[in-house]
Amino acid sequence: MNSVTERVVAVRQNVHLRLSVNGEPVEVSFAPYKTLLEVLREDLGLTGTKHGCELGECGACAVRLDGEAVLACLVLAQDCEGREIQTIEGLARGNALHPLQAAFADCGGSQCGYCSPGMQMTAAALLERNPDPTRQEIREALAGNLCRCTGYEQIFEAVERAAGELRAAK
Amino acid sequence: MSKRPPEKTRFDVVGKPRRRVDGRAKALGQLRFADDLVEPRMLHTRLLRSPLPHAIIESIDVSRAEKHPGVHLVLTGKDFPIPYGIMPVSLDENALALERVRFVGDPVAAVVAKDEQTASEALDLIEVKYRPLPTVGSPEEGLANPEPRIHDYGEQGNIHRNQSYEFGDVEAGLAAADHVFEDLFFYEGNTHLPMEEQASLAMIEGDGKLRISTSTQNPHYLHRQLARVLQMPASRIRVIATPNGGGFGGKCDPGNHEFVVSKAALLLGRPVKICLSREEVFYQHRGRHPVLMKFRTGVDRKGKLVAMHLQTLLDGGAYGSHGPASTFYTGVLTPVTYELPRFRFDACRVFTNKPACGPKRGHGTPQPRFGQEVQLDKIAEKLNLDPAELRLGMVTKPDSLTASWLRIGSNGLAECIRKVVEISGWKDKHRKLPPGRGVGIACSTYMCGAGVSIYWNRMPHSGVQILLDRSGQVAVYCGATELGQGSDDVLAALVSEALGIDPAEVRCITGDTGITPIDLGSYSSRVTIMMGNAALQAAGRLREQLASVVAESLGTLPAEVVFSQGQVFAARDPGKTMRFVEAVALAEEKLGTLAATGSYAPPKAPGKYKGAGVGPSPAYSFSACVVETEVDPVTGWITVPKIWIAHDIGRAINPVLARGQVIGGVYMGLSEAMMEEQAFRRLPEKLSAALVHRNPSMLEYKSLTALDMPEVEVALIEDPDPNCPYGAKEVGQGPLLPVMPALANAVFDAVGVRVDEIPVTPYKVRRALEAKAKGEDPRVGPTEFPKVPYPEPIFVLPPWEEGDGDAEKGDAARARSEKRRAAA
Repeated sequence: MNSVTERVVAVRQNVHLRLSVNGEPVEVSFAPYKTLLEVLREDLGLTGTKHGCELGECGACAVRLDGEAVLACLVLAQDCEGREIQTIEGLARGNALHPLQAAFADCGGSQCGYCSPGMQMTAAALLERNPDPTRQEIREALAGNLCRCTGYEQIFEAVERAAGELRAAK
Repeated sequence: MSKRPPEKTRFDVVGKPRRRVDGRAKALGQLRFADDLVEPRMLHTRLLRSPLPHAIIESIDVSRAEKHPGVHLVLTGKDFPIPYGIMPVSLDENALALERVRFVGDPVAAVVAKDEQTASEALDLIEVKYRPLPTVGSPEEGLANPEPRIHDYGEQGNIHRNQSYEFGDVEAGLAAADHVFEDLFFYEGNTHLPMEEQASLAMIEGDGKLRISTSTQNPHYLHRQLARVLQMPASRIRVIATPNGGGFGGKCDPGNHEFVVSKAALLLGRPVKICLSREEVFYQHRGRHPVLMKFRTGVDRKGKLVAMHLQTLLDGGAYGSHGPASTFYTGVLTPVTYELPRFRFDACRVFTNKPACGPKRGHGTPQPRFGQEVQLDKIAEKLNLDPAELRLGMVTKPDSLTASWLRIGSNGLAECIRKVVEISGWKDKHRKLPPGRGVGIACSTYMCGAGVSIYWNRMPHSGVQILLDRSGQVAVYCGATELGQGSDDVLAALVSEALGIDPAEVRCITGDTGITPIDLGSYSSRVTIMMGNAALQAAGRLREQLASVVAESLGTLPAEVVFSQGQVFAARDPGKTMRFVEAVALAEEKLGTLAATGSYAPPKAPGKYKGAGVGPSPAYSFSACVVETEVDPVTGWITVPKIWIAHDIGRAINPVLARGQVIGGVYMGLSEAMMEEQAFRRLPEKLSAALVHRNPSMLEYKSLTALDMPEVEVALIEDPDPNCPYGAKEVGQGPLLPVMPALANAVFDAVGVRVDEIPVTPYKVRRALEAKAKGEDPRVGPTEFPKVPYPEPIFVLPPWEEGDGDAEKGDAARARSEKRRAAA
């Protein structure tokens, strides 16, 4: 019995972590079992990252971890010590929308908007490693991000438009 | 001469592609959904759900849970003695089960604690003693086993609703037909699967009133039910519909969790939140009813419809929900697409021990539309007709009545068919593609808002208030609810068009019962039409006020003042002009603070018989769709390379959004057609024989991904309807409806087999192909329709048989009907 109680107490003790979120150093303390998704939303107040299943099935919680798109609900926050995290809140450039954001807004890429943060973070990671993706490559990159509103087509169009703008800006 | 400023005929905003008004916030992740809300001292809630599909609750012991550190409150059924339900005739739910659970997942108790983890731990400490009862797994079982009853109300036994309507003598019509086709179809249930799980945050505001911010499509109906269950004046409750992360009908019913957090906030005086898990969303459900259908359809030599007898059997699940309406909708819209001289439909909804079914995009209509449109394909095949030509030859006419006394206004169905035939290359493809490839066509229609409210009243269905101030800001208030469909954008577009200003000047304040005029909710594709008409009335009244003041300064008459592009000017002398903001200031000086309201109620329907209230609508949208398939003859695997769809939208207010709604509807239709199933299985007897959900997760509940979705070519047919704002009809639901039958018809064109069941899966195609190879009937689908004790039909003579829209009794009316048919 004692050992169980001790384990429970141990689990209840917060861990303290330093990480970089959207280019800024952050210190945060949280219950050790928390996922990156929970720490972002609950402990750092970054509710732009959404959740739809908490099991890695829907893609709504995608963020970038050291540049790569990951599902924040499958990442233990404790494993993020010292790492660079980018969320939807870090995508815009000051008051100006990122080309992906502008394209999502203009092309009908968002209807309810719930999947949009995850879609955009996944697309941002794609466009960094492949600035000129084909429609098929976009489909493959976004295959883990479910959307129930758009039928995806206007999301593909938004990613293509943003890719063109990002290339032109280089 | 009228003093009113002229109505718009040329548009500044309407019809122009535009970034939606909430587009920026969505792209930034800035929009606050219900679970994004946080309040100081906020507590968290988890629900304990029944592990049994049907049982009496003998006792609940919550004492250990209450003592668990961090737990603030435990609630059970006795805290919620008053039942509720979305429809006044089906008040059959309690926020937490009172004495009986009716499906696996039925909420039994709630724990409010300092965090979700603590609440979850405490759920394990609640001890519930159940006495299991026999279960009903299907409508057939429900019909065969009237006892034990799942509810102690309803028609009889486990039948919730049972009805029959006959418009003209259908048996006589069938007897006189050249051919009679009899077909059975089954449509499996499926669920909405919105990306956002339902969430709610309840708290007591500074003024002592209860406020709940919640993911709901219908804040007004929830408001009424909260007042009922909590026994509080509605004026002390404020419901804020947060932006919904998708709804599709799944957030129309008041949810158990909404009552639980409201009650907890009242008891504790602290903010209380809940967010359902994905698994719980599958139990909350209220989605597509599984429906078994039987069509007996008589046609003449040319395939034209003569008479139809449609029978439906709905699997309602454990509660009433929208069921009484759903039952009607499996029949009432059937006669709107094609001229149908005589029509009978019998519909029966049976309670079963599964999550309650309710409204999902298309509400009750997709199932019979699937059956009807596949049957038409069979008729065309048998009579060697082109399925597109067959349909084109019998579309309903504009400004006509159906046999059931529905009034159809504008009607672009013929144009939709012609357009989709043209852009898909139908004539070069149908029955002409190589083996394994095929095309299928289907059509549909949908309401632009239900003609009557869910509860009986004579008040408006939608209200809009507009406030102008000297800054030039225009604040628009309406109870309508944003689900992502773009209702805020429609509101801003219509008001800015009417006032001749940029939509960016408009601020929409919507879905808040504490602030906004009532709108009944985001369901039945009603918002653009009803909110839109109310908005135009309010804006028109403001235009009159402004025009009456500025006419003098412009040296013109009020009736000749034009509002356009941020300017107000004289129609005959456009040089005489002032800025909109100057006109507002001038009018505020003369008239005081400027505001106006507008409201809208649908026109009275011509049908007078009992039940005639379901089906009428201010207008109907129409769609025609062609699906192309490639079917692997060995595996049955179906690939869809492309879909073409033409949708009669009346007028597209923002073409970007309109196209998005069409493609989104096609997506959801195709996903249902090919894979989505809210299906259940029985555990073995030794494991309780429970009826459990087969796939309550997003991974196992299959839906189309970015890899599966075909290209969709959209044609918007704009045939403005005079009942609609600037002619704009619905687009949120209609485009889904023709996709399922078009897919099934395309599979037949590709490999010559019929799957008369939704979803059309590779497994079923393969089974049908195997039957075909053996020389058996190349079909998979239901083979039996059970004996359903449908009542004697309510008999109504169609308009062309000297009917008056009311029910008639006895054989005399039938004789008159037959006489008329013979004469014709």
